[in-house]
Amino acid sequence: MESLGVLLTFPTNSYLEEELSKRCKLFRLWETPPEKRREFLRANAASIRALVGNSGVGADAEMIDALPALEIVASFGVGLDKVDLAKCRKKGIRVTNTPDVLTDDVADLAIGLALATMRRICEADRYVRSGAWKAKGDYKLTSKFSGKTVGIIGLGRIGLAIAERAEAFDCPISYYSRSEKPHTNYKYHSSVVDLAANCHVLIVACALTEETRHIVNREVMDALGPKGVLVNVGRGAHVDEPELVSALLEGRLGGAALDVFEQEPHVPEQLFGLDNVVLVPHAGSGTWETRKAMADLVLGNLEAHATNKPLLTPVV
Amino acid sequence: MSAENHSEETPAEEQELPLVLVLRPIFPHFHDALATKFRFLKPWESPLPRDEFLAAHAGAVQALLCPGPTPVDAQLLAYLPRLELVVASSAGVNHIDVAACRRRGIAITNAGNAFTDDVADYAVALLIDVLRKISASDRYVRRGLWPIKGDYPLGRKLGGKRVGIIGLGSIGSAVARRLDAIGCTILYHSRTKKPSVSHEFFSNVTDLAAESEVLIITCALTAETHHIVDKEVMLALGKDGIIINIGRGALVDEKELVRCLMEGEIGGAGLDVFENEPAVPQELFHMDNVVLSHHQAVFTPESFHGLLKVVMGNLEAFFSNRPLLTPISE
Repeated sequence: MESLGVLLTFPTNSYLEEELSKRCKLFRLWETPPEKRREFLRANAASIRALVGNSGVGADAEMIDALPALEIVASFGVGLDKVDLAKCRKKGIRVTNTPDVLTDDVADLAIGLALATMRRICEADRYVRSGAWKAKGDYKLTSKFSGKTVGIIGLGRIGLAIAERAEAFDCPISYYSRSEKPHTNYKYHSSVVDLAANCHVLIVACALTEETRHIVNREVMDALGPKGVLVNVGRGAHVDEPELVSALLEGRLGGAALDVFEQEPHVPEQLFGLDNVVLVPHAGSGTWETRKAMADLVLGNLEAHATNKPLLTPVV
Repeated sequence: MSAENHSEETPAEEQELPLVLVLRPIFPHFHDALATKFRFLKPWESPLPRDEFLAAHAGAVQALLCPGPTPVDAQLLAYLPRLELVVASSAGVNHIDVAACRRRGIAITNAGNAFTDDVADYAVALLIDVLRKISASDRYVRRGLWPIKGDYPLGRKLGGKRVGIIGLGSIGSAVARRLDAIGCTILYHSRTKKPSVSHEFFSNVTDLAAESEVLIITCALTAETHHIVDKEVMLALGKDGIIINIGRGALVDEKELVRCLMEGEIGGAGLDVFENEPAVPQELFHMDNVVLSHHQAVFTPESFHGLLKVVMGNLEAFFSNRPLLTPISE
């Protein structure tokens, strides 16, 4: 596919970039300062037939309009909130993402974040590194994870993988979804507030759409309560972030573990001093193994497109 | 029990409460619960040095309650000629001279399964943290580095990792169950092969290490298991290998562990226990591939409640001549 002009929107693991550069005609969007981007796109629009985007920079309406030769958007990730799917459908632009290969990593991180928050792992590590551990038996009680009710928003691939793991910790599982899923034994709640009121750990694992924006709002956080823990491995916009900050500062919410934020890479600084939060920089799929698998899927989809074969993981 | 019962106790009723020796103060919640059923002999409340106090007052003591890892050695036992029971408040009994107790016919009970879930959870928590760099990247975010230096280095996937568990007792089995759901392949070493277990057994820890990417230490500390993870085991585990220790510090040759980490002979470690707590080798403080905590794996309300039930239950059983709930097996 050497003649395929590919616009890569984000700096990423070198494997993907190297392969794209070897096998295609690669255009690197991030190398151009923001104010020069329009010009850069205009200059290269005729050549750009494919776009590889991520959760930061995707293919919104403006981008699609700027690339009249665009044939395919191959997203590096499973979330499609940064791709204007309706516009792609209208213009006949194919869209692919990277489902399944990252399911395990995101689910593992969700469980790891819940454990880190409830058992105060990061806090303990800070404590020991500060040299403050001077007496044996110096401790405080932390929250047990096993056996606690886990509420999952969104029972798709990732939600189910989280549920399977939590079951091994004897956690009763409940969930909210647009509709009840017929083949599970998990307890369904038809409202997120209900789910939050009846679980100890609330985990966001659904797609970001117009309907799910701020699905975790003040009412939900208050229902989750001063002993509840919120884990977000979805998108920052799933949670009303300013409300989250005040809920934590005021003690209305027991704790939070966040992999995603509304304005990445910016994280509300009021959270930096809290011991009942864990903050990680959008690392849900952030392992060597999974990023390579994701890259291979992107490359495979582009290759299939370039050779008129069926796409591997088409969405549109 | 209502407050009335306490104040209406006559001296005669008080004398009926069985006597239990305690060598140092216990948590008020524990103390108050136990004090409804037992009388305590508290050496620290006396001006006499401990040994003199014991010589004068502990001659009839049949039961000893050990809060925390107070050593119970032959020297102490010599002051307790009537002792028949030692009630430990931990899963591990390495602080108790088990051989001396056996010689004297003194039974020992431990925490049984009161801590199993919490300790297993903690081992898994440490492993996910080390492989996915949770604590390290949390530090990175809190220092405001994400907008400046960009994404944090990638971690490593848990699924498919070969995890060697050293000691497949209750805690080891609970760890195995959790990691199984996460997609790890479980291997183990135990004193003897477990016939009902389908995971691959290794009679030799070095062989286990050579076949594993992660080692999780969940066995008891005894003379045989001291430094069970030594230089040979660490080198066999290899440069990407991770060690998780929620057992006892002395199960690992700590000096060697630090050296291996500094020289990149192993890949990382999650440690809740150390050889000389609360001292932690300072070289570890600068490493991003280790996660450290202050022996807190059992500190949840549920574990404490479970421990109280077990302690209470064992003492009640003993004094009413019923079988003990959690005698240690040897």
